[in-house]
Amino acid sequence: MHKPRLQLQASFDIAYLQYLDKQGRETQPLPEFATPDWLTLCHRQMQLARQVDDRAVKLQRTGRLGTYPSTLGQEAIGIATGNALAADDVYCPYYRETGALLERGVTIEEILAIWGGDERGQNFQHAPNDLPICIPIATQMLHAVGVAFALKQRHKQEGAPLQAAVASSGEGATSKGDFYEAMNLAGVWKLPVVFVVNNNQWAISVPRHGQTATQTIAQKAVAAGIPALQVDGNDVVAVAWAVQDALQRARNGEGPALIEAISYRLCDHTTADDASRYRSAEALEQAWQWEPIKRLDHYLREQGLWSDAKQQDLDRELAATMEAALGNWQARTPEPVTAMFDHLYAQLPEGLYEQYDQLRDEQQQGAGA
Amino acid sequence: MGEQENPITLVEAVTQALAFELNNNSEVVVFGQDIGANGGVFRATEGLQERFGAARVLDTPLAETMIAGIAVGMATQGLRPVAEFQFMGFIYPGLDHILSHAARMRNRTRGRLSCPIVYRAPYGGGIHAPEHHSESTEAIFAHIPGLRVVVPSSPARAYGLLLAAIRDPDPVLFLEPKRIYRAAKQPVPDDGAALPLDRAFVLREGSDLTLVAWGASIKETLAAAEQLSADGIEAEVIDPATLKPLDIHTIIDSLEKTRRCVVVHEAARFAGLGAEIATQIQEYAFDLLDAPVQRVTGYDTVMPYYQLEAAYMPGVARILAGARAALSYSRSPPRPTNSANVVRNGEAQP
Ligand SMILES: Cc1ncc(C[n+]2csc(CCOP(=O)(O)OP(=O)(O)O)c2C)c(N)n1
Ligand SMILES: [Mg+2]
Repeated sequence: MHKPRLQLQASFDIAYLQYLDKQGRETQPLPEFATPDWLTLCHRQMQLARQVDDRAVKLQRTGRLGTYPSTLGQEAIGIATGNALAADDVYCPYYRETGALLERGVTIEEILAIWGGDERGQNFQHAPNDLPICIPIATQMLHAVGVAFALKQRHKQEGAPLQAAVASSGEGATSKGDFYEAMNLAGVWKLPVVFVVNNNQWAISVPRHGQTATQTIAQKAVAAGIPALQVDGNDVVAVAWAVQDALQRARNGEGPALIEAISYRLCDHTTADDASRYRSAEALEQAWQWEPIKRLDHYLREQGLWSDAKQQDLDRELAATMEAALGNWQARTPEPVTAMFDHLYAQLPEGLYEQYDQLRDEQQQGAGA
Repeated sequence: MGEQENPITLVEAVTQALAFELNNNSEVVVFGQDIGANGGVFRATEGLQERFGAARVLDTPLAETMIAGIAVGMATQGLRPVAEFQFMGFIYPGLDHILSHAARMRNRTRGRLSCPIVYRAPYGGGIHAPEHHSESTEAIFAHIPGLRVVVPSSPARAYGLLLAAIRDPDPVLFLEPKRIYRAAKQPVPDDGAALPLDRAFVLREGSDLTLVAWGASIKETLAAAEQLSADGIEAEVIDPATLKPLDIHTIIDSLEKTRRCVVVHEAARFAGLGAEIATQIQEYAFDLLDAPVQRVTGYDTVMPYYQLEAAYMPGVARILAGARAALSYSRSPPRPTNSANVVRNGEAQP
């Protein structure tokens, strides 16, 4: 008689999506939304994100900015995700998200403020409902589920069109309970939430195979009963398609989804890290061949949509944008130190008045340190 | 191992202690995020995986609940887990296991099982780190029955106390003041000699004032003591080192001489350890006091991002202000009552 045995054979398929290969050749016809305008916009935005990252790293190196997590090589994920979100969707970003934040209307000044140790940066002026960037790993995924619940509630009670929440994270974050708990509940309650995982192969020094014995990150959704897709995370068209599709499903009331966007962290983990301690130069060099901007550039040139002259104009424009933002950022007046009390509660409790006064007096006497 | 000739930093002393115990006790396992090839984000485990192998020095996946929880299971079976949390700010997912299991296992099983675990974490502010990387929440952990909380403030104490923590039969949260990880060097012989837990260290003798501080704040506290000395005031500086349980006796002994005390901590003020120390002082030595115990602390605010960090941290000036308050205090004479000015029924009487 045949006895059931332990087995590792789950029946599922993880689809993999790509439109542009690493040489920028179409592997299938591009979707409708990928018009010349849209493609050149993404091309521009990815380069803007790279500029901001590059300047931020330089500012850190010269002591003018704190620790900074670059998105180098992962620009397609942020730009495509940010681009796919509608204004009144709600974004719950992790910390490595310069591109997506820019797409959400977060200003370069705000991004620099955050990493320059100024809390005002998280007070996004143009993304009023988005959550601040999140550092405690994977916690934002649960917040996104709560956000999705609220959006669904509002939709049911007020008849507003259903909007969706998006949480982003790295692949390391998918080792945490928060990630499974978030997907699990999102599945049970069929919530309009999309989890976008930037699988950049590294969680600081721990390679992807040190995080999980699964073949893919995407398949982790299977156990939660929610659909998943693996995409080429360096193909801005593929990421955009996947996120748009998942968002559309969510807004149609069809529930959550997980997207694994495969990329590579071409930078150190942050400016505080030295990846050469744990990763080979060859692996890095290899990965550069897959980077997202070059392949879109190839494609656009192939289509006659891009040229050296256009690039020169763009370089000038981006440099000017960056300089203007840097100027504004540097011209900000420092926050008064008492700001640390001003937003602690809706109204400062009387029991804290004395400390508030002490801090103010200390500052006036120049006696902080 | 022989005498260590070269002076080493606090973080190197941590590495040295881990290596000594890995070498001398096969039950010791060291694990955490990025502690292998990368040697830890602060290099506290530098070279250990190479020396002792990936079976005893292990990178874990990214999950603190898991790190805290597997330590419990390992320890119940006789291993000596030394688990690293990358920063104190990321311990909290593991709090369930620390509080509900590690600290209670001995009690719950009436001594049948125990949890000789060391949970290590860098902590404290002042290094311009991003959000959640700078807090000092030792009081949260000191509140947990069954747990020890230990904070070294020099390379020698880091070495000796970490050895003691690993050898201790009960769980220890070992908090490493990262601001002074590389602030000073001192020769630390690699002789495997532990320092006692549950004992305070008198770092400076004096008879006019007792300053109690730990971790990175020792630096500013000693500097404040030097400034006071220039004014002819000799402060005794006491580092409890083990914050829970607390060696109150050493503090009381000091108060016999000084009768005045200031407690310094970077952590927020409310229900911080300053409150515990001040309470124990008044419980045991009320009659000794010539002044209320002063607390010099961080503010009851969220730890600010680094632009406002310096304004938050208790520096030398704030410590000196606390010292002056303790020194200048004298019992006020009975309050004068001037009946003409007493407000009654909301109206001042003529
Ligand atoms: C709960 C928690 N634990 C540890 C850390 C420290 N830390 C910051 S980033 C990181 C690695 C994250 O890797 P991954 O999720 O793959 O994202 P990536 O940085 O690669 O984009 C770690 C361990 C943290 N921020 N939060
Ligand atoms: Mg990663």
